[in-house]
Amino acid sequence: MAMKVGVPKETMAGEKRVALTPETAGRIQKLGYDVQIESGAGDAANFSDDAYAQAGVTVLPGADAIWSGSDIVMKVQQPSMDEAEKLEAGKTLISFIWPAQNEELLAKLTSQKPHAVLAMDQVPRISRAQKLDALSSMANIAGYRAVVEAANNFGRFFTGQVTAAGKVPPAKVLVIGAGVAGLAAIGAARSMGAIVRSFDIRPEVAEQIESMGAEFLFLDFDNEDSGTEGGYAKPSSPEFREKQLELFRAQAPDVDIVITTALIPGRPAPELWTDDMVKAMKPGSVVVDLAAEQGGNCAATVKGERIVTENDVVVIGYTDMVSRMAAQSSQLYGTNLRHLLDDMTPEKDGQPNVNMEDTVLRGCTVIKDGEVTYPPPSVATSVAPKQAAPKKKEETPEEIAAREAEELRKAGSRTTLLLVAGSALLLLLGMVAPASFMQHFIVFVLSCFVGFYVIWNVAHSLHTPLMAITNAVSSIIIVGALLQIGSTNTVVMILAALSVLMASVNIFGGFLVTRRMLAMFQKS
Amino acid sequence: MSIGLVSAAYVVAAILFILALGGLSNQEKAKRAIWYGIIGMALAVVATVAGPGVANLPLIAVMIAIGGLGGWFVAKKVQMTQMPELVAGFHSLVGLAAVFIGINAHLEMERALGAVADGTAKDLAGFAATIAKKTSVELGILKVELFLGILIGAITFTGSIVAYGKLAGKISSNALTLPGRHMINLAAFAACFVLGFMYLNGAGLWTMIVVALISGAIGWHLIMAIGGADMPVVVSMLNSYSGWAAAAIGFTLGNDLLIVVGALVGASGAILSYIMCKGMNRSFASVILGGWGGDAGGPQQEVDGEMVPTTVDTVVQQLDDADNVIFVPGYGLAVAQAQGAVSELTKKLRAKGKEVRFAIHPVAGRLPGHMNVLLAEAKVPYDYVLEMEEINDDFPSTDFVMILGANDIVNPSAQDDPNSPIAGMPVLEVWKAKNVVISKRGQGKGYSGVENPLFFKENSRMLYGDAKDSLDAILKQMD
Repeated sequence: MAMKVGVPKETMAGEKRVALTPETAGRIQKLGYDVQIESGAGDAANFSDDAYAQAGVTVLPGADAIWSGSDIVMKVQQPSMDEAEKLEAGKTLISFIWPAQNEELLAKLTSQKPHAVLAMDQVPRISRAQKLDALSSMANIAGYRAVVEAANNFGRFFTGQVTAAGKVPPAKVLVIGAGVAGLAAIGAARSMGAIVRSFDIRPEVAEQIESMGAEFLFLDFDNEDSGTEGGYAKPSSPEFREKQLELFRAQAPDVDIVITTALIPGRPAPELWTDDMVKAMKPGSVVVDLAAEQGGNCAATVKGERIVTENDVVVIGYTDMVSRMAAQSSQLYGTNLRHLLDDMTPEKDGQPNVNMEDTVLRGCTVIKDGEVTYPPPSVATSVAPKQAAPKKKEETPEEIAAREAEELRKAGSRTTLLLVAGSALLLLLGMVAPASFMQHFIVFVLSCFVGFYVIWNVAHSLHTPLMAITNAVSSIIIVGALLQIGSTNTVVMILAALSVLMASVNIFGGFLVTRRMLAMFQKS
Repeated sequence: MSIGLVSAAYVVAAILFILALGGLSNQEKAKRAIWYGIIGMALAVVATVAGPGVANLPLIAVMIAIGGLGGWFVAKKVQMTQMPELVAGFHSLVGLAAVFIGINAHLEMERALGAVADGTAKDLAGFAATIAKKTSVELGILKVELFLGILIGAITFTGSIVAYGKLAGKISSNALTLPGRHMINLAAFAACFVLGFMYLNGAGLWTMIVVALISGAIGWHLIMAIGGADMPVVVSMLNSYSGWAAAAIGFTLGNDLLIVVGALVGASGAILSYIMCKGMNRSFASVILGGWGGDAGGPQQEVDGEMVPTTVDTVVQQLDDADNVIFVPGYGLAVAQAQGAVSELTKKLRAKGKEVRFAIHPVAGRLPGHMNVLLAEAKVPYDYVLEMEEINDDFPSTDFVMILGANDIVNPSAQDDPNSPIAGMPVLEVWKAKNVVISKRGQGKGYSGVENPLFFKENSRMLYGDAKDSLDAILKQMD
């Protein structure tokens, strides 16, 4: 029997998103599941019950019907303690969980003995998992919305204009932290016409920043461990932080809008935009702090509020940026969930399989069969080498050396055998053949070897020109015909003349065609 | 010019030829390499003509002029898509020349021996003079070489003509499988060797002419029995044969340059054939002995599902949505002359910031590297054009794959179905991409005659019609 996927209405105050849209519902049904939703769950995101019903979703009144009647419950926000209570034994929950910050919730969920709990915030940051990376898709929306909020609170144009009523300078936007949200903010601000600068402590993202059309603020500091950790920036040293603040301080009087996105999951947000910087900004400037949820990057941020400082700088600390674009974010989040179900249901038969061998599913799963499986074993940004590595490690260096020596020895003895056999054959030939033949024969054998070594190096894409040129070169047979054409025997002369003719066709045609072909090869 | 000078020129020419072949190891050097070849050839011809024992210069000049003009004309006129058949056609000339020279060598030998008997040997010039000095053992060896030269030359001649016909579509590309064809070939070869043995023991010219006829028939039959999909291997094999024929003639005439260059060409053709066979995961013998053979052990898997057609509008939409696109060209692209259109499309998509690449299977087309040449002609920069090993792992992360006239090289049954005739052949794993569109003329099968389950996959769509027309329509919609 097909498993039931259920989506309750979000209970957290201010949360407008929903984990299912009519479109994703259709896709999930194709995987073989029955889909049901709590009545009114999509209202805040402009998805009506009717729209769901039309997509073939069963609309049920009340959350309890969903929690008790579904095999898989999908949510956006982490469940409240009340909701956790409703998770029945043997069932599966998919939502944001934040297991590191919510130990109590994790314990509560574990005590409900579910089949599995998958955390959308724990999707490994590898290429294969990008399609279900909800953090990225949400960050993208947050970055865009940050610019929209900033524009809404900023009293001027973003783009520079020269009008009959006077010249308007373009707005200057500083984006701190060029993760997904930062890059999205850069893109949105750029497309509105602002001058955008950006900073990130990972120098390797400079290229991405520039590709979005922003200027990368370069910090001359030899920071050895500025690397990444599972795709996120690592916390930086105090000296580095000081340098960084200096850089920002220089920017403060100049920029009109600051968008801060520096956030490392599970850690308090670093304070990067200090009080004196806010004070240095021009009146009417706007700071949008996307890290407000975890304390904020800006000293003046008040979580969840829009405030105006004494010098008329607007500081926005909304924590519901994503929820403010509920239709869009529900749709992207819903698609992320759909991809996760896709991975869980390789047979498309409506029977989920939380395969713990799968790196992606392993990473998401925080509770399996009533036991906590968080944190997962660490996954490097690129999985492929990791998987291959353990197999090789089983061999110690000595074993490898021994194996290679063995292979070499085998190859060597094969070659020796061939050489001995070949030489014996040649010796036999030498015993019967006259000296003049042997001289030519030496030339012949050596030429074969030369040809062999030369051709192995020819590039694959040049095989056709190679054929054309060897074809042209093989018309060297003309030399034979030339040697005979002077014969007094008429038949010989005619045959030789014909051979010269044919060989010349080949010489001219062959080389010309090769040239035509090679002339076409070009590099961009 | 003295013998010493001629030999010195030959050494230089031989070195130039080696450089010419070796220079093809990269695209930039290759343009210089061809000049090495041209200079080497010019040097060889001039040195030979200027050397001792060559007469009849006006005739030589006329013949070279006519032949050169003919070659020039053909090479200028030919379309890039007709390259395979042109190269095959050229091979036949070398083969026939080898046969003629072999027969000439016999005639000269008889004349020289007659002169020796008459005591007028000192009047002989050129090749005949060298023969006159040979001992009887040397003459025996000479006959063996002559026999080999004629045998290989004749096989090359008819084989190349058949290959030309098949590639040009003048002969059906299906494998001709006469009953007991291996026995026929074996018997024919045996007959040749018997005749060769008779010739060694003094039988006259007629034995050699019969050998030429029989081996011509062998060449015809061998290549007729090979299906169209194997033609790339055949062409490079014939290339190799023409080299060996030249080398055999070199032995006959005692000319080291011919031996060196013949061996070079022979070795290079052989290695090329080997590389191609590896690309198709087949043994050299099974290709040469013809056809896909009916020896797969069991019924092939049935394919169920249906081919879903798509429209130009949808493809344009998909291309618009995709971030990375891979084109897989095949022989159909060459037939439809669509390389210009696909190049234009690539430019447009690249301009929109999409990653566009080409995946080239080692045996795509009818010549090794055929697709590279076509795409190069259409000015697709070669750093977008990747080989199978380089790109096969990227298909799962690719949004859109468009297959342009390729079939067997993207057939998943090579991996899935152990009973498939192409089982084990490495293929491009296009089905792992998100969307696959196959541009194809009709619902027919590929050259190997194998059903392709790719067309029935859920993420596959068929875009029926001539590849060029389809691409032109897509280009129009993009504007």
